[in-house]
This record gives sequence, structure tokens and C-alpha cells, in this order.
Amino acid sequence: MVLHSDLFRVNMAASIVSQTVARGLRGASAKHLFLDKFKCAQVSSRRWLNLQEYQSKKLMQESGVTVQRFYVADNAPDALQAAKRLGAKEIVLKAQILAGGRGKGVFDSGLKGGVHLTKDPSVVGELANRMLGYSLTTKQTPKEGVKVKMVMVAEALDITRETYFAILMDRACNGPVMVGSPQGGMDIEEVADKTPELIFKEVIDIFEGVRDDQALRMAANLGFKGPLERQAADQIKRLYDLFLKVDATQVEVNPLGETPEGQVVCFDAKINFDDNAEFRQKAVFALDDMSESDPTETEAAKWDLKYIGLDGNIACFVNGAGLAMATCDIIDLHGGKPANFLDLGGGVKEKQVYEAFKLLTADPKVEAILVNIFGGIVNCAIIANGITKACRELELKVPLVVRLEGTNVQEAKRILSESGLPIVAANDLEDAAKKAVAAIAKK
Amino acid sequence: MSNSRLFARLLLQQNGVRNCYTASRKHLYIDKDTKVICQGFTGKQGTFHSQQAIDYGSRLVGGVSPGKGGRTHLGVPVFNSVKEAREGTGAEATVIYVPPPFAGAAIMEAIDAGMPLVVCITEGIPQQDMVKVKHKLLRQSTTRLIGPNCPGVINPGECKIGIMPGHIHKKGRIGIGGDPFNGTDFIDCLEVFLQDPKTEGIILIGEIGGNAEENAADYLKQHNSGTNAKPVVSFIAGLTAPPGRRMGHAGAIIAGGKGGAKEKIAALQQAGVVVSMSPAQLGSTMFKEFEKRKML
Repeated sequence: MVLHSDLFRVNMAASIVSQTVARGLRGASAKHLFLDKFKCAQVSSRRWLNLQEYQSKKLMQESGVTVQRFYVADNAPDALQAAKRLGAKEIVLKAQILAGGRGKGVFDSGLKGGVHLTKDPSVVGELANRMLGYSLTTKQTPKEGVKVKMVMVAEALDITRETYFAILMDRACNGPVMVGSPQGGMDIEEVADKTPELIFKEVIDIFEGVRDDQALRMAANLGFKGPLERQAADQIKRLYDLFLKVDATQVEVNPLGETPEGQVVCFDAKINFDDNAEFRQKAVFALDDMSESDPTETEAAKWDLKYIGLDGNIACFVNGAGLAMATCDIIDLHGGKPANFLDLGGGVKEKQVYEAFKLLTADPKVEAILVNIFGGIVNCAIIANGITKACRELELKVPLVVRLEGTNVQEAKRILSESGLPIVAANDLEDAAKKAVAAIAKK
Repeated sequence: MSNSRLFARLLLQQNGVRNCYTASRKHLYIDKDTKVICQGFTGKQGTFHSQQAIDYGSRLVGGVSPGKGGRTHLGVPVFNSVKEAREGTGAEATVIYVPPPFAGAAIMEAIDAGMPLVVCITEGIPQQDMVKVKHKLLRQSTTRLIGPNCPGVINPGECKIGIMPGHIHKKGRIGIGGDPFNGTDFIDCLEVFLQDPKTEGIILIGEIGGNAEENAADYLKQHNSGTNAKPVVSFIAGLTAPPGRRMGHAGAIIAGGKGGAKEKIAALQQAGVVVSMSPAQLGSTMFKEFEKRKML
């Protein structure tokens, strides 16, 4: 049985089709590794702002970028109506979940495949009925799958040529860079490896924007000819406008394709957002769908805490990202296993300290907690108050090792010692790590 | 246009532009005579840390708070703009405690006013804003920026610009911050420290993400080898960080096999740097280096 890719119908050998399908329709992490040859850091949102495909495509549409015409529906009758309204030769129906590998996924309704092609609108209705409200399990979802709440009903377009195009903020170039290749649709990492001369780069001046000559040159390098060259150049400029408008750190289009009718179309896009810009991108961040994220990380984000779950049993509670990483490292060095990375940040308030502590103590795999505070902006007394309050309200069942240093440390130490709580004080970071590891060994 | 010509042109462009800005490295030196102003002076953070700076002995001569010019705060004058503050006090350095939405503009203002040293503490400035700042910064040579998202710079006993607790410091220190687009990198600091006769040893603390540490290693190979080489000790945070996750700092991420701690450690070791696996052993490691080289 041949799996049809929703994104394109390729007039090429079947082997290439299955290769591209296997590559993953959207969201597969592997294909985005390519960009790191060109930039030193792939920056992803602290809250892992993840948009559904239809949301990304809507943003693109709003910037005048050409995408396949589509509607979304959250119930089968609407999906059927949408299919009819499209009036397309062929329709592609796609379950909207954040995880990739949809094409090969399976629904608990028994339906196989999260993406289907059909020429008949009524089939769209039937299939949507077996998708919506059911769980879709793919290689990239948890075992129990993800509940599908929305489907995309889009016009299926043939694709004659696939190119790769991306815009990103690049440290080495101190600003935006465009990267493209006429060899899209294939494993772009391999292209970079085997034929690096087929990777093209244009550095963009942040105040000048994309110049005409740059857009045309990139379009030509991507292999667009004749009237398509200007069309592609136009799409490139619009993608850059989008990139700036939403404070993206990366917009990757793979494939940026050519149709037999002579259209340049963005068949898929992955957009990464700068979460430092959240205060001025409220509309975009409001689209954030956290239902597929780790619940602890979601809860932490609610309180503006930078939290990442790890595998171990020693919870970390630190101010400063560098120090938080170093704390995880030193625990590991002394034979322990960190349960999380947690950066409280500089302006942390007592309420956040309390909530963070609540999160850590609620984690069943945590067998000890290590607090490591080196207060510059952070006032140690705030930490001490937050911790004592949390410990009193929730029963502290695991050993707590505390190392404090910096602003207002004497007051903090006083608060902790007078609290009557069984807190193990540490003299320095090494001492703290050793004590935390020892506390677990003792049990 | 062929790719190789394009890249060569880019390289030249980058190097040419960098030479302009690198001339400002000398402003990384601060001492007891350095006059400092504070932008975001009357805000909560500005007030708290300005008081700390005054207590430490830094020469805080004024501050900027638009709309509040003419008043006095913490015993020094408040100005409406950086230009006015510089004219009114002769300040050579400014420290910025302005919230993220306005911090980029605050840095720009300081550059426009020709301030030799700008230290931006603010974390959370949008990358686009910093790209614009960097664009301006790299095309001039008067102003040196440290940060954003950094603790600042300290010359113990003489001057403290930033949030680091003063009492723990016994040697000079510059905290450059964890953002991907910033004003001062390792190489800027290394040049200053290698050339400073009073600096006997250098401790370099890095983290995952980017390749600033690898670049620093290259620089050290070229400029810190042979008999006069100063001991360099390093710690790289993030050995235990999982790939593909951003660990707090905008720049701290390992992706696509790049930016990992192991590679950075290897690069630094090849440049003769002694890398400590523990952040708590940096002092003792440096001490051992001094012993080995009979510098004690």
C-alpha cells in the first residue's frame, strides 16, 4: 500500500515519494538540524510555542504568502462543507496535531493514516468522522496518542519541483540570513554534506531588508525560471516580512514548491518564535496550544519559571540559567542524577518561589531537593520566605539541601534556621551536591 | 554569483566591520575614577543596585529617567536623557536597568550619546531589537557594550558596574551574558586580560550553545601560547543538558550536534586551557596552575 503524502503529489519515481513521506510531513526534528550548519544556535521558544499547521499557514496567508487553500473544521459536517466549498480537483484531509509522523499514524477509531487524499468531498466527511475526537498515535506522540480536535481540509496541489528555503537570525552574521537550495524535499542535511555548492546564503541588513537583487538572486539559485523567478522573489520577500512581523527566530519552508500550473507555493512551514518578544506578540502567543506539552513544564510556564524535566531524582532549584546547568552538571559529577533544570530568574517573586517548590515536591520521582542560590539581583530572603512557606503547607517528605550566597544572605539564613524545618545547610556548591547525593544514598 | 566569492565577501565584510568596533575594547577597563550613570535610575532594580554600587564605592554620578529630570535620587542628579546626563556629569559609563520593551532603545540612546562603556543588565530583550543594536554598534568605535542579560563588570575594590555581590570578588571580572546577540564576547575579554600586566590568570566560564568558546580557543592558540602564556582555567556548563532543549538562556541550546559542551571542552583543551569538570573547583584548579608554573 502506497502512502500518499498530503503535501504534494510528485511526478517522480515512487521511491522518491516514499522517501519524502518517510521524511515526515511536518515537525520531524531531524530535518531542522540542517540549519545549524549555518547558525550557531537554533533558538526555540522557552515555552516551546508550538503552532498547529493551520495556525502557521494562517499567519503566512496574512502576510500574502501563497499556501494551499484550506479550511479548518472541528466536526465532520463542517469538514464536508469545507470540502465542497473548496471546489478543488483533489482534497487533502489532515489531522491537526503538533507531533510529526501523521501520515503513518493510527487512530483509535481504527482509521489508518492522519493524512488522506481524495477527490470526493463526501469521503472527506466520512474520514473526518473517524478522526475528530479520536486519538492519533504516531512515532512522535506518546503511546496513548493525541486527541484530534481539528482537521485541515485543503486543496491538494501537484508539485513538479521542490526547493528548500529558510530565514533565520544568525549569530555569526549578527542578523537575519536567508538559506536556500534547489534540492528541497530531500534530506537537506545530505545535500549540505554531499553538494554544498547547492546551498545558497544571503545576509540581510536589518535596516535595509531584503533587496530586490537579493530576492531575485535567491530565486534564480533555487532554480525558478522565467516568470516564476519574480514570483518566487516576491514570496521570499513576503516570508521575510512575516519573519520580522511575528518576531520569528526562524522560518523554514520545506518544500517551497513549483506546481505544473506555474505557481510558487509554500507547502509546509515551521516557524520558531522569539519568546522574548511575547510582550509585543500577544496574538501569536495566544495561539499557543499547550495540550501536547509536558504538564509540569506547562504549569511552570504559567508562573514564568524556566523548567525542563530530566530523568533523575535530585530536584534543582537555582537562579540563573548558567548556574542551573552547572548545578545539574555538578550533581552528575558526584554520582547523582538531576531531576530537572529550573531557572528562577532574577526578578523572581515569593509567589513564584512557592509555586516552583510546589512543582518540585509534587514530582514523584524526586527524592531530594537541592536549592542553589547565588543572589545578584535575587534577594535571598525572598527565596527563604518562599521555601519556608511551601514547606509548611505541603509536607516536605524528602531531604532538602540549601546553599545560599549573595544579596541578603544573612537574613535568608536566619529565616531558614528559625523555621524549624529539617534543612541541611551547605557551605558551597560542591558541598551541596555531595550532601544531596548522600541524602539519597542514606535512604 | 559563485558561492565562494559570496562567502569571501561576507568574511571580509565581517572582519572589516569588526575592526571598527574592536577599537572600543579598551573601555572594558574600569577603575575607582570611572564615572558611572544609571539608565532606569528611579525604577526598582535601578534604585536597588545603584545604592549597592554607591555602597561599594563606585562613582555613581547621576542617572537617567525620562520625565524626571531635575530631581535628585540617592543623592545624585536625575536627567531626562543620556546626552544630558553625559553633558552634566562627564560620565564615561552607563549601566542599564530598563525593562525589555525599552532596553534596546536605551542602548541605542547611549551609543548616540557617545558613551564609552555601556553595561546592559536586562534579560529578555527581543532578538530583533538586539540585531538592530548590534548593527549600529559594529559600525562605530566609541562605544563598547557588555551584555545584555549579563551581571556586569567589576574591578574589585575600585568599581562595580552591575549586580554581582561585591564582597565575594577578589579579582577582575566581566560577565558577558547568555544572549545570542551581545556586545562583548570571550575574545574581546581575552584580549584585554592577556594584555593587562596585572592579570596573571584567566578563568573562562562558558555554556552550551553557539561557538563562542571554540572561537575563544582559536584565539588563545594564536595569542596565548609559548613561554609567556597566561594560565587559563575553564568550566563549561551544560554537560548534562539534553539536546534540543533551550536551557534558560536564549543562547543555551545544543542542536544538530553543534554547540555541545564536550566539543567546547575539547577545543579549549587543545588550546592549552585547563578545563575543570566542576564549577566549584575553578579556584583550586587555578591555584594548582600557579603552583605548577611557580607563579606563587
